Amino acid sequence: MSMSTDRWDDVSFEERMSTVDFRVGERAHITVDSDVCRSCTTKACVTACPANLFAPTSDGGILFNYEQCFECGTCYMVCDEAGAITWTYPDGGNGVAFRHG
Amino acid sequence: MSDTVLDAVVVGAGPAGSAAALELARAGRSVVLLERGPYPGAKNMYGGVIYGRVLDDVLPRWWEEVPVQRWVTRRSTMVMTPTQALSVDFRSQAWGAPPYNGMTVYRADFDGWLAGKAVAAGARLVTSTVATGLIRDDAGRVVGVRTDRPDGDLRCKVVISCEGVNSFLAKEAGLLPKADARHHTLGVKEVLALPRDVIDERFGLRGDEGLDIEMLGCTRDIPGGGFLYTNADTVSVGAVLALPELAASGVRPEEIIADIKRHPAIAPYLRGATLKEYAAHLIPEGGYDVMPAVHHDGFLLAGDAAGMTLAAGIWLEGVNFAIGSGLAAGRAAARAVEAGDWSRRGLAPYRREISATFVLRDHKRLRGAPGLVLSERVQRRYPGLVADFAEGVFQVTNPEPKPGFVRLLRRAMRRNGVKLRHLVADGIRGGRVFR
Repeated sequence: MSMSTDRWDDVSFEERMSTVDFRVGERAHITVDSDVCRSCTTKACVTACPANLFAPTSDGGILFNYEQCFECGTCYMVCDEAGAITWTYPDGGNGVAFRHG
Repeated sequence: MSDTVLDAVVVGAGPAGSAAALELARAGRSVVLLERGPYPGAKNMYGGVIYGRVLDDVLPRWWEEVPVQRWVTRRSTMVMTPTQALSVDFRSQAWGAPPYNGMTVYRADFDGWLAGKAVAAGARLVTSTVATGLIRDDAGRVVGVRTDRPDGDLRCKVVISCEGVNSFLAKEAGLLPKADARHHTLGVKEVLALPRDVIDERFGLRGDEGLDIEMLGCTRDIPGGGFLYTNADTVSVGAVLALPELAASGVRPEEIIADIKRHPAIAPYLRGATLKEYAAHLIPEGGYDVMPAVHHDGFLLAGDAAGMTLAAGIWLEGVNFAIGSGLAAGRAAARAVEAGDWSRRGLAPYRREISATFVLRDHKRLRGAPGLVLSERVQRRYPGLVADFAEGVFQVTNPEPKPGFVRLLRRAMRRNGVKLRHLVADGIRGGRVFR
């Protein structure tokens, strides 16, 4: 899959992520306790996640999806709130499958 | 899976794990090589160059069959501000002939090739399988791994964890503390397609020659750096970003890549290129001072799982350290099993071997480098200082006569908030780090 010509400097995030192969499993390998997130002022996961999986909600919580995750670990490492993000690898064979890494 | 006790289970079929499994299999030991991805390399990404001489221990004349993209014959270090760039550009034709120096690869190709060597030697590769935890006996010794397959417990004498930067098994074994963002950087990368002859022309390359550029001063207020390297018919461009500052910056990682691609010194190289793949991965950059213990009863650690990426500014290496440590771990485990003692003591020769080779010697010697390279002045002041000084040197000021170098340096220092005592202090620090 590749993007059309001369758009290299402004591909949309959706297009960007569409270049990556994911084998999506049924089990969410990340869970977020939004109650804990409500007391977090930094929301570091929102900025740092390279796949942009975390979005703040109007009530101070966090919405996320696990399906297009690079499995890098950034979110739980930058998270300041104990217990907010629970992170495991996806089940065997699932998740990201880089072709050109 | 069965009740038999294997000699070893290696977790992760990246460069460290495949190297470890290869040495165990060569020694005639029964070894299972677990990989959580559907194929080796599926979860792996790197910043561009593999230094291959460590493969001499894998097979002679490895360069005749390794799945290389290009051999790096041109190596640039670029110091940048938003409108300036100063490059130190080195080329050696010796690096374009055996035994070569650096190579660019796609990790799915390279990691698959190395895993194939382990399999050919007799290791059993099991893909799409996660090692979910350690099995330990009452005394705390590691005696196997749990997997996410039904009845998937694997009993063995030695577990070698090469599971990569998140290193959950090492944390479970108590060898690593809780992950600390301060010792990690995030690597993000785009692989961009360009025709092969266009790459050759733009980067001044012929045949299978390749280029690697490391950049400093292109990551805004986030400590880190940029990189660009050539593959056969793609160019990989990316950035390495310190995690805590990235998180605090409000800037998203892909914006930094966009900055680099828009920079006047880089943009002409990439005109018309199309995005083939975006990727991200963490890098353990803490260096020697935050490395864990690498052996325990029935348990060894190698590669990124042991924090073995070397991020020392002008030297950025990881895959070679993974292979070097993996080979040593595999040999030590094989000997320990043969001798009948795979306790912490029986496995200690692993630590001794890597302490005697480049694996830990380079890290120990350069232990101060990550801190210096990511320091505030090196990151945010010196790129501007160097670029302003260079601009002053090369700018012809007629009808004014040429200013002296001392005046130019003072002016560049003033503009960039650098004091003489900073230069002296960092000069001494740099001298110690890189002596």
